[in-house]
Amino acid sequence: MELDSAMLSRLLTSLTLGFHIIFATLGVGVPLLISLAEWIGIKRNDPYYTLLARRWARGFVVTVAVGVVTGTAIGLQLSLLWPNFMQLAGQVISLPLFLETFAFFFEAIFLGIYLYTWDRFKKPIYHWLISIPVVIGSTLSAVFISTVNAFMNSPQGFDMVDGVLTNIQPLAAMFNPATPTKVGHVVMSAYLTSAIVLAAITAFHMLKGKRSTYYRKALKLTMTAGFIFAIGTAVIGDFSGKYLAEYQPSKLAAAEWHFETSENADLVVGGFLDHDTNEVKYGLVLPNFLSILAHGNPNAEVMGLDQVPEDEIPPLYIHYLFDGMVGIGMFLAALTFFYVIALRLKRFNPENKWFLRLIVLAGPLSVLAIEFGWIFSEVGRQPWILWDILRTGHAATSAAGVGWMFVLFLLLYVVLGTLCVTVLRKMFKTNPVENELEEIARTK
Amino acid sequence: MDIQLLGITVLWVFLYGYLITASIDFGAGFFAYYGELTGRDHIINKIISRYLSPVWEVTNVFFVFFFVGLVGFFPDTAYYYGTALLVPGSIAIILLAIRGSFYAFGNYGAKKSRVYTFLYGVTGLLIPASLSTALTLSEGGFIEEVNGEVKFLAGELFSSFYSWSVVLLAIVSVLFISAAFLTYYASRANDEPALELLRKYALFWSAPTILSSVLVFVALQQHNPVHFERTLDYAWFFIASLFCFLIATYLIFYRKRYGMAFIFVMLQFFFAFFGYGISHLPWILYDHITIYSGYTNETTGVYLVLAFIAGLCLLVPSLVLLMRLFLFDAEYVKGNKS
Repeated sequence: MELDSAMLSRLLTSLTLGFHIIFATLGVGVPLLISLAEWIGIKRNDPYYTLLARRWARGFVVTVAVGVVTGTAIGLQLSLLWPNFMQLAGQVISLPLFLETFAFFFEAIFLGIYLYTWDRFKKPIYHWLISIPVVIGSTLSAVFISTVNAFMNSPQGFDMVDGVLTNIQPLAAMFNPATPTKVGHVVMSAYLTSAIVLAAITAFHMLKGKRSTYYRKALKLTMTAGFIFAIGTAVIGDFSGKYLAEYQPSKLAAAEWHFETSENADLVVGGFLDHDTNEVKYGLVLPNFLSILAHGNPNAEVMGLDQVPEDEIPPLYIHYLFDGMVGIGMFLAALTFFYVIALRLKRFNPENKWFLRLIVLAGPLSVLAIEFGWIFSEVGRQPWILWDILRTGHAATSAAGVGWMFVLFLLLYVVLGTLCVTVLRKMFKTNPVENELEEIARTK
Repeated sequence: MDIQLLGITVLWVFLYGYLITASIDFGAGFFAYYGELTGRDHIINKIISRYLSPVWEVTNVFFVFFFVGLVGFFPDTAYYYGTALLVPGSIAIILLAIRGSFYAFGNYGAKKSRVYTFLYGVTGLLIPASLSTALTLSEGGFIEEVNGEVKFLAGELFSSFYSWSVVLLAIVSVLFISAAFLTYYASRANDEPALELLRKYALFWSAPTILSSVLVFVALQQHNPVHFERTLDYAWFFIASLFCFLIATYLIFYRKRYGMAFIFVMLQFFFAFFGYGISHLPWILYDHITIYSGYTNETTGVYLVLAFIAGLCLLVPSLVLLMRLFLFDAEYVKGNKS
């Protein structure tokens, strides 16, 4: 690995994105859960759910602030680190970037209103109504920005003649073949991760012996919602595989260590690669599964890396990222499934210690899956920044000093991350839910 | 009006929006810190936080909107400014990040901390200083293209009289705009002690805004005589600006109609900002990019304008609602509503 300007630019971009994506993911999913909790609270006239919404919203303000400032950072870094890319691609794909700002604008306005008007309306349902533009705005932000990433994977909507773009169609660029699966996967997995993170925080408190109705309702809401989102994520994930097989077969082949084009292709899970012979050792082989994943047919032919020019093969370590992401996804689906079943059957107590510990573990794992997914998607696109059109190495800035900027931003994110966690912990410690519950009991 | 002109006008309007809202925010940060240093924080900090808490993110979006729109309409700016501004741009991002998140940590978190207020106050002056250099760069002479490689002449920038005069104007304006607005906000809240203090700040920073503007003109004449000549063609903008300034200061001095006074402050900067903008045209970056040479293709341009109109239909009512709830609702301003 040579630390040239392009490599440093990639490192700095991944640093910012890797940090931002945690807060962006929560920023997309948590409003939905807050809105859901407030709605249930109003419908059932249940103060526990209303309190849940209030407390989640209080924590959300802090994470959303970090999301906003790091989002501003990545927005500017696109131009600062990839000026050539933005100059070229900006001609085609600036529309969704621009729309994303609008969605974000819309969300920011209503979030400000939502957070400071809890007791200002005569009917509580009016306050709940304000959460809707927040949910729409945050989800639309994710939708628009994901179309830009989809465009990088599957560019269309223009002709390239001698390095000049002609016949530009912004809508075709926005709604490219990668858009449906990319957008669906990003949004659904953000909902899933947010539900799981909130469930994990709840389970953590329950393990510490806090077992009041408040926590049990919180767990029920987050885990049930998590189950639905997990199913959604799995279904869209399957479509993503089929998209890759059709439009970016080399990305899929690299992820699955599929070297030779063949029918009845096997899926290899985990394992070690012998780089000399391209043989996989100790991997779990699922016969015909790759053909099913790629084309929904166990006999279908799947393209292997033998069809890809040497200098267009992405790094093969993405195999582990892919397996890690899918593995965690399946774990989350199973966990939430068992919880929902246990709740229904009432034969097994889902609030026993071991199950709660698994839920706590699921929190960081779900965030890890998001990281794995994005690194897989980005590294798997290499060596292209714009698939089959512009190489990453040709798009980076020529300016000096990227290395120093990396150090500065690393420091910034360490400080922001640490403070964010400290502030959140302090905030909920000095105002424990028990105090607020007592207050509710008194006013009743 | 051709579409390029329409595009830059839209962007300029948003930058003006950012100039006003961000100035209020930046200045408030400084006053809050200064208040704490001089033991007067109990007088003004409540007013400041009641206004800022619900709106700071909106302020930030004005800025994001401007630069995303700029790169969208004029992709060449990404290439030139993107390359040249790597270091100063990164530093501005870091300052903005520190400011935004520390505001949230300090205000929504459990406890106020002196460190947060300090950083919040200092970044309030450093950010306008660093952002204003982007406007300085646009005058030309600081970016060079040699053999297809864009070079930023940092030494030139730091030793330029013009550059420093702009920094001075930026800081002074921030303090004046902010104090004028907060004076109005305090009067709405019937908060006498805060009103007195903020009015004093507003008057203190009034004359320096005009003096530093004159300084910028003098410096511009030396740095970019072509642009200076063109400002004379649009002299009436600057005269109108001065006129509005006089009315605003008169009203604040005689304790009359603080709301009207702030509107005149906004007009003062509106005329100056647009006078500057119009005389700057057609250049976006002097000697390198004009609004015609740097323009994106026609199709994208039309889509962006359509998106902008659709977006505006959504945003304007939302902004009005936000302002009615937090700016014009006397009960909220007084602190009687949570």
